[in-house]
Parts: sequence; C-alpha cells; structure tokens
Amino acid sequence: MAPFHTIFFINQIQEEGMNDTGYDYSVVKGFAFSALFWLVIGLVIGLWIAFEMFNPALNLTPWLSFGRLRVVHTNGLGLGFGLAGIFATAYYMLQRLTRTPLPFPGLAKAHLWLFNAAIAAAAVSLMAGLNTTKEYAELEWPLDVGVVILWVMFAVNVFAILIKRQEKQMYISLWYLVAMTVTVAVLYIVNNLEIPLTLFKSYSLYAGANDANVEWWYGHNIVGFIFTVPVLAMFYYFLPKATGLPIYSHRLSIVSFWSLIFAYLWTGAHHLMLTPLPEWIQTVAIAFSIFLIAPSWGSVVNGYYTLQGNWDQMRTNYLTKFFILGITFYGLQTLQGPLQGLRTLNAFFHYTDWVVGHVHMGTMGWVTMIISASFYYMIPKVTGRELYSVKLANTHFWLILVGQLAWTVTMWIGGIQQGAMWKATNPDGSLMYSFLDGLTSLYPYYRIRFVSGVVYFIGILVFGWNLIQTVRQAPSAATEA
Amino acid sequence: MGIYSKPVVLAVTSALVILIGTVVTVFVPMFMPSTQPVSAYVKPYTAIEQEGRDIYMREGCNNCHTQTVRPLRTEVLRYGEYSKAEEFAWDRPFLWGSRRTGPDLNRIGGKYPDSWHYRHMHSPQSMFEKSNMPPYGWLAENRLDTSNSFRKTQILGYGYSEAEVQQQIADYKAKVSAPDYDSKATRDQVTPEALRGDLTEMDAIIAYMQKLGRDVKAMEAMQ
Ligand code: HEM
Ligand code: HEM
Repeated sequence: MAPFHTIFFINQIQEEGMNDTGYDYSVVKGFAFSALFWLVIGLVIGLWIAFEMFNPALNLTPWLSFGRLRVVHTNGLGLGFGLAGIFATAYYMLQRLTRTPLPFPGLAKAHLWLFNAAIAAAAVSLMAGLNTTKEYAELEWPLDVGVVILWVMFAVNVFAILIKRQEKQMYISLWYLVAMTVTVAVLYIVNNLEIPLTLFKSYSLYAGANDANVEWWYGHNIVGFIFTVPVLAMFYYFLPKATGLPIYSHRLSIVSFWSLIFAYLWTGAHHLMLTPLPEWIQTVAIAFSIFLIAPSWGSVVNGYYTLQGNWDQMRTNYLTKFFILGITFYGLQTLQGPLQGLRTLNAFFHYTDWVVGHVHMGTMGWVTMIISASFYYMIPKVTGRELYSVKLANTHFWLILVGQLAWTVTMWIGGIQQGAMWKATNPDGSLMYSFLDGLTSLYPYYRIRFVSGVVYFIGILVFGWNLIQTVRQAPSAATEA
Repeated sequence: MGIYSKPVVLAVTSALVILIGTVVTVFVPMFMPSTQPVSAYVKPYTAIEQEGRDIYMREGCNNCHTQTVRPLRTEVLRYGEYSKAEEFAWDRPFLWGSRRTGPDLNRIGGKYPDSWHYRHMHSPQSMFEKSNMPPYGWLAENRLDTSNSFRKTQILGYGYSEAEVQQQIADYKAKVSAPDYDSKATRDQVTPEALRGDLTEMDAIIAYMQKLGRDVKAMEAMQ
C-alpha cells in the first residue's frame, strides 16, 4: 500500500504542474484581492469595536454603535474575508488537482462580482440594523437568497470540474472542498428558514429552545465548515507544494476526514451548556466534542510528520513557518474547544472573554496564517511574477504572530478574571462584586487587546502591500517560460 | 480507491455522514415536547413589547446581553430564578446570546421603574460612569412605527385580533403620556416635546424590558 500512495502523492502534487496552460486564473486573483480587501475592512471595524469596549465614545451614530458594528466585523471577516479566501484557493486547487480548466469561467466571474456586491450589501444592511440576530446568520432573507444563489454558482463549477477531470484520483483537498460545498448548503438553508414580514424583516421559523438548538448546530458547524474544513484543504495542498514534501500519511488523512465530518455535526449544543435546552442534547455534544480531538489532531500530526527530517525548513523556507504555526494554533484550538465544552469548565468560561480569546486564536492564528501562506504561494504562480519581498513576508509573519498571541492570551487572562469575579462570594454567601466591578476591571485588558490588534493589523497591511507590489512588477522570466 | 475517484458518490456519502448527527440532535428534537414545552403562565408579547423586541434585535443588544440565567448558585443570586424552556415558547428568534459584556436581562422586568430605564438608555454613563454601553438617546427621537404591528402578531401566532392590537397600542400610548405616569418626569426629559404625546422607539424597548421574566415572577408569586 504505502509505495502506491507515495507515488499517488508525488504524482498529484508535483507533476500536475506540468500542464500549465488553459487554466482560468482571473477569478483566483479576483477572489484573492477581494479577500484582502474585506480583511482590511473587517479589521478596521474590529479595532473600532475593540476601542468601544473600553471607551464608548466611538458609538458616534446608530450605524457605528457596538451592537450593530460587531456583526459587521464577524460577517465581514467570516463571509467576506473567509469565503473569498476559500473561493480563491478553491478555484485554484480545483483546476490544478484535476488538471482541467474551469468548465464555466463566465459563471465563476459572475460569482466573483455577485459575491462582492452581496458582501457590500450585507455590511450596509447590518449597519442599518437589518439583523436577524442568529449568530453568523444575521443577514435578512433577501440576502440569504442571494447567498444560496452564490453557493449554487460555486457548486456548479466544483462538481462540473470534478466530473470532467483529467486526473483520476481526487486528492484529499478535493474531498474537503466537496464536504464543505454540501454541508454549508444544508446548514445555511435549514437555519435561515424564516417567515418574511417585509423585504427587510422576517421571523425565524423555529421558536425558543428549538431555535437555539438549530442556531448552534448551524453556528458551530458553519465555523467548522468555513474556518476548518476548507482551511484544511488549503493546508493539505499548499504545505506539500510549498515544502516539496509529500503529506506524511494518506491513511491518517482518510480517517481524519471521515471522523471529522461525522463528529462535527453532533456538537452544536456545547454552545448551549446549562441553558434550558434538554440536557441529553448537551451531553451528547460534550461527548462528541471530546471525540473531535482525535480527527483534529490527526491533521496536526500529519502536518508535523510531513516535515520529519526537514525541520530546517522552518528557518530556510518562509512559508513553512506560516503552515506549521497555523496548524499549531489549530491544534491548540481543538484542545481548548473540547475542554471549555465540559459542563464544569463551561459554567466558568461561558459568556466571558476567554471564549473571545479562543475565537481569535482560531481566526487570527490558524485561518489567517494558512490563507496568508497559501496566497504567497499561489499569487506568484497565477500572475507569473515572483513574490515582491520575502523579507516583508517575514515581517508580516512576526507581526501577526505577536499581535495574535498578545491579543488572545490577554483575553484568556481577562476571561479567567471575569469568570472568577462573577462567581466570587463573601463568607456570608453574598456576591462579592457587582457586575460593573467585573466589567471595569477588564478595561486594562481591553486596552492591551486594542494595541495588540493594531500590531496584527500592521502585519496584515504589510501582507497586502507585498501582494499588491507582487502583481505590479514586471513578469519574471522564470515563471513566464 | 473507489469513492475517491467518484465525486458524486463522495458528495452523497458526505451528505449522509453529516446528516446522522443532524437528524439525531436537531431534527428529531424538533418534534419532541421537551424542546417546546408551553406554560399557561407564559403569555405572548403585546404588540408594543414585540415592537420593542424588534428594536432590541435591530440594535443588536444580544451582542452584549444574554437572556438565560443558568442554574448556578451565584448566577441565581445575581439575576434571579434560572431560566426554563417554557419561557421562550413565543420567542422567534430566541435571544439567549453568547456573550455577557453586559449583565443578563432575562429577569430584568420589574426590577427597576420605567424612569430608571429612560435615564439609563438615554445615557448609561450618567448612571454608571464607567459603563461601556452605547447611549441610545436617539431611540426617543424616533416615532414608533406600528404600521406592521398587527401583521407581526399574526405571523408570530399570538392570536390577537386587529382591534386588540390597536387597543394595546392605544392603551400603552395613554399610559406613558398620562399626566400621572409614574415615570413622566424622566420620560419628558429624554423625549423631544413633539413626541411626548406619541409612542417612541424608546417607549417600546422599555416595555419589552419590563416584560422579560415577568411571567415567571407572577408564576412564582402564585405558587
Ligand atoms: C485586529 C484584529 C481584531 C480585533 C481588534 C477584533 C476585535 C473583536 C472584538 C472587540 C470582538 C467582540 C468581542 C466581544 O464581544 O467581547 C470580536 C469578535 C469576533 N471576531 Fe474579531 N477582531 C480581530 C480579528 C478578527 C479576525 C481576523 C476574525 C476572523 C477571521 C475575527 C472574527 C471574530 C468573530 C467570529 C467574533 C465573534 C466572537 C464570539 O461571538 O464569541 N476577528 N472581534
Ligand atoms: C475540536 C474543535 C473545537 C471545539 C470542540 C470547540 C469548542 C467550542 C466551544 C465549546 C465554544 C463555546 C464556548 C462558550 O460559548 O462557552 C466555542 C466557541 C467558538 N469557537 Fe470553538 N472549538 C473548536 C475549534 C474551533 C476552531 C478551529 C475555530 C475557528 C477557527 C473555532 C471558533 C469558535 C468560535 C468563532 C466560537 C464562538 C462562537 C460564539 O459564541 O459566537 N473553534 N468553541
């Protein structure tokens, strides 16, 4: 078995580059720069709301008030940056791994334009207060319809290219993309079923505890199938590409894949621990959350072992650092997640800044690191230019690493303090702190978080500058040939 | 290598695999009474309270405030009796929230007089200097739009007739603009003169605040 798989991998990963003509890269570029654009916008808003949390003076108008802007931040980055990054790399990986040009390039182009129009409309509508309040599904129903149409436009190209493909075997990254395409459709449609009142307002089809259950089944899995599954697709493709090393174990990746997508869907209720949701659903969620450590770490181990004997690449190859740190943060996330899902720990950490720290290690660490490195590898390939500056890429790496760590660790500490202050009692059994005591004690942490965010943001600006300068250069002789 | 060279089979298999957990933990519970208990004590929102709830959603208050008290000693001490599933039978969508930048609101109804809320919504910092809650004074400058109130209650299945909805609106307007309204002075302070005889968005959101947890408190009082 083993030699066959090795051949399969080298074949897939190294030789598909031989046939380089006829691919449509314009949408790859379009989505990559859209991702960059929404990343910058989303981060500016992130900084804005981070400031509002210790100084409400920035709530200048209704449109800029925290309650409305927070969802612009989450949607702008999750849908705008996250999805655009996924579409960019998916359109690239699909063509390379199948050795087939995009079957419907016109459709892909329409997808690109419609996508950007939809995200812009989403941002404006959320600032205007059109908000269904279901987390990560806040868009009102006409935009939901738009999102479904966009998804179908994408899915048509995904399945058409897979059916027409020249390469018999489908590499792991393609399975992850298929699973994402199917699952996101199911999640999005089920959770967004609503009864319209007007064009701008609707009510959820589900009520109370049921609505909560549907929402967090969605919420957990939309994070999983946008911030994990396709990012793993990138990891499995771009890590071997960037390092020239085949993935360590094919079998491990098969087992991880199926167990991950199986177990994920059972765990939504760990977001509803100790709420009025029936207890058995919560308990099932805890069990599957613990189980999720296995497939998650399957990918982490696969990543580390891929570098076996070649760890010097951490120093010599600027891309390797991004991938290895990225998967490390993924590994930390997937330990932290199941632990904070345990009933006793969740009783302490739920609703605190600890969870906000968890979220941002995933998004600012894992997701951004992997997308950054994938773009650094891919953009020179699709534009026929060399990367403008490896030195700047290294600067970008260190700024986002330090910014992210300071950010998340600060929030963990703040979260522990917050949880402790909520729980503290006097000897006579009365509460020791008022709610406001707890909040105001966090302002120093929020200030540090803001400054760390600025550091991270500068790193992202360097990233953007590096990519823009890359495409503005003259084509390089080597890649043109 | 069967399945890995058959994209449609792979897609269908993935769909089945993800649907197992979905069916067991989401679709089946949808039809179980335990996720949808009802109680005669828990009454639907009035048209005005519903308008207030819609403003709460529009402003994204749920991004900072939860509406579920967990069965934990310190939490019950801080907020009151823990939340039960039947309290949320009328809630479409649910507004439990996931983040507590501000305190839980599930037991806020009746905790303070309306005047407290008018002052607080207008300027949280005037009451708690260090609060980070955004000021919402402009809600008092917006006339409440009740043109869809009846259709809302229809969609939500509250079972009011159109006349009842009109009556609820008229009653609440009469209450807050009456000369002997117990929170009149504060309401007048934050409401522009032209709107004092009318209903504002501020009035509605405060009506909604005062509803939260009231039914449970009433139920306890009866028992
Ligand atoms: C400069 C960097 C960033 C800053 C300053 C920032 C700031 C914030 C703030 C202040 C919140 C609200 C926290 C609260 O309510 O207590 C938040 C939430 C959130 N942010 Fe960010 N953020 C940044 C980067 C990112 C990135 C890169 C992503 C995604 C790709 C992201 C995704 C999210 C999500 C999903 C939430 C919601 C978390 C939850 O509901 O628990 N953020 N962010
Ligand atoms: C095995 C993997 C994981 C498990 C079991 C897990 C578990 C959890 C749990 C229990 C919570 C809720 C905490 C609370 O509200 O008290 C949570 C929140 C969250 N997690 Fe994870 N996590 C995992 C991995 C990840 C990864 C890789 C990411 C992102 C890249 C992520 C993003 C988030 C987000 C965005 C939230 C906040 C949701 C919200 O309240 O708005 N998680 N996670």
